[in-house]
Amino acid sequence: MKEIKPLLEVRDLKMHFPVHGGMLFRRVATVYAVDGVSFDVRPGETVGIVGESGCGKSTLGKTILRLYDPTEGKVLFEGRDLAHIHGGDLRAVRRDLGIIFQDPYESLNQTHTVGYILEEPFLIHGVGSPEQRRVWARELLSKVGLPESALGRYPHEFSGGQRQRIGIARAIALKPKLVICDEPVSALDVSIQSQILNLLLTLQKEMGLAYIFIAHDLAVVKHVSDRIAVMYLGKIVEFADADRLHHRPLHPYTQALLASIPEPDPSKSVEDKPFLEGEIPSPRNPPPGCRFHTRCPYAQPRCREEVPSLISGPNAEAEHRVACHFAEALKPTVK
Amino acid sequence: MPKLLEVRDLRVRFDGEAGPVRVVRGVSFDLERGATLGIVGESGSGKSVTSLAVMRLLPKPAGVIEGGSVLLEGRDLSALPPDEMAKVRGNRISMIFQEPMTALNPVHTVRRQIAESYELHHPEMSAAQVAAASLQMLRDVGIPDPVKRLDEYPHQLSGGMRQRVMISIALACRPDVLIADEPTTALDVTIQAQILKLIKRLQREYGMAVLFITHDLGVIAELCDDVAVMYAGQIVERGSAKDIYASPKHPYTRGLLDSIPRLDSKRKTLLKTIEGMVPDFNSLPVGCAFGNRCGMVVDACKAAPPPLEPAGSGRLSRCLRWKDLA
Repeated sequence: MKEIKPLLEVRDLKMHFPVHGGMLFRRVATVYAVDGVSFDVRPGETVGIVGESGCGKSTLGKTILRLYDPTEGKVLFEGRDLAHIHGGDLRAVRRDLGIIFQDPYESLNQTHTVGYILEEPFLIHGVGSPEQRRVWARELLSKVGLPESALGRYPHEFSGGQRQRIGIARAIALKPKLVICDEPVSALDVSIQSQILNLLLTLQKEMGLAYIFIAHDLAVVKHVSDRIAVMYLGKIVEFADADRLHHRPLHPYTQALLASIPEPDPSKSVEDKPFLEGEIPSPRNPPPGCRFHTRCPYAQPRCREEVPSLISGPNAEAEHRVACHFAEALKPTVK
Repeated sequence: MPKLLEVRDLRVRFDGEAGPVRVVRGVSFDLERGATLGIVGESGSGKSVTSLAVMRLLPKPAGVIEGGSVLLEGRDLSALPPDEMAKVRGNRISMIFQEPMTALNPVHTVRRQIAESYELHHPEMSAAQVAAASLQMLRDVGIPDPVKRLDEYPHQLSGGMRQRVMISIALACRPDVLIADEPTTALDVTIQAQILKLIKRLQREYGMAVLFITHDLGVIAELCDDVAVMYAGQIVERGSAKDIYASPKHPYTRGLLDSIPRLDSKRKTLLKTIEGMVPDFNSLPVGCAFGNRCGMVVDACKAAPPPLEPAGSGRLSRCLRWKDLA
């Protein structure tokens, strides 16, 4: 396979949040939200990031965009480190980056009309004349399947699905190269969810967008992604081609996650399924060694002490990386 | 012998500022002892309001039961005076909700909240008996370290643990019917699997019937024997889970099943969709409520609301063209 130059290279990214408390408001603890994450995104592809609450997937997306200043690590976008540029340089790079949030109602300014909301990205970056911007806003609306009459209306006049379309229109306004989709369909009803997923797939094809698609629903992530990173407590535990991850998951957590998804098939009862015991530990006090060892059915003494690194899986499948000391030994248990 | 729970032509209205809105428009179903019925639908389908009406927990004064009956072993709950209903609620029928943090009382310990059920419905129990029964409940729902947990407050518990506490309160008096309204929607998927498994086990151990309300067709498939699909305040299809998932007899059910991304679906292909959105309750079409989004709509669908009629092998469908659905 020929080497494709990545669009985005995330290198050992860490985002730790201090927790302050007590009488003198001193730093009393640290939340290890993102704790050493590395992966690439190629032009035009979708990398899915999946995990449960507290795994750091949302923080990762926001840190990549520099909505947070990372504690450590690099975020190379076309070779430039987003983590260490400022002011005008950062603004210039941001033209190439978009973000879509779970609830566009919170991210859209409710005191502005949809027309203004869609023209604003052009205003901020000083592109186009007023007439030109109005034309672009109209084009954006038709791209996301909304009528032109939406221009003069306000976000609260729209349903959840329509608001998400507005959020998407704004995110793609400046023709970015990479869009971070942070749980874009989790707040939507099933019948609306598929409309929005189709819109994202269509726009990707038309505009050559790369996506980082963050969600807790593995079936949704698998449907839209080329490659998937599974996160647990601030770390990627497995990274692989989407189909491969589904058919040959190597990490016990990925296996459990796949088994826990309720499938629309009445022949499978919940009682026959293997499931994961215990609760997700807090990222404020992650377990030592492998962070999954407290819930892992295969945990050995070594797992409690030594942090496994994310390395190529058994048989040197370069594209399939897993962070488990015993991935090789566990392989036969995988379907 | 009368059925355990029989809901007949239930109608619920909300009186809002913009006038009355009829959100449940003639819902009927039965629940047999020990059985599991799933009610599935999207936002605004009326599934949650139906369950609140059965429990007589509609928000007052806006929510009104306009008509129909809710028969528990032949006794009409919708006509009971409030004090009589209070003896049924939490005793014969219990309910658990999506967000246990809002359903639990934040200023009372777990012990206090479980004990309340016994004090209300079994005043003959001694304090020692109540304490023993409460501890046993926490053990039954699989809470680690139950002795310690009894004296904790809801905020000290994780989401999954709170849901377990809520289940222990709901089941303290061994109700005949448990109504579960999206109990796992706010939970992570590995915790959801634990709670679903727990509900299934307790249902079998206690021999209770479960009315499970959710938007998630996957959850219904794993848990329920029978399914009722709701749309715009009505049941549009009813039948065994096996039959409905294998061959839906209503275009809305078919549309829902087709639009879910599945693990084994082909990646990055366009999903089937149901175009448009749920109609506003104040401007429902004259005919079939799903007509404006339906790909099979014909003139007859627009003329009058279709009835819920038998569609073979114990199924019911509110579609004039159910026979055309292969």
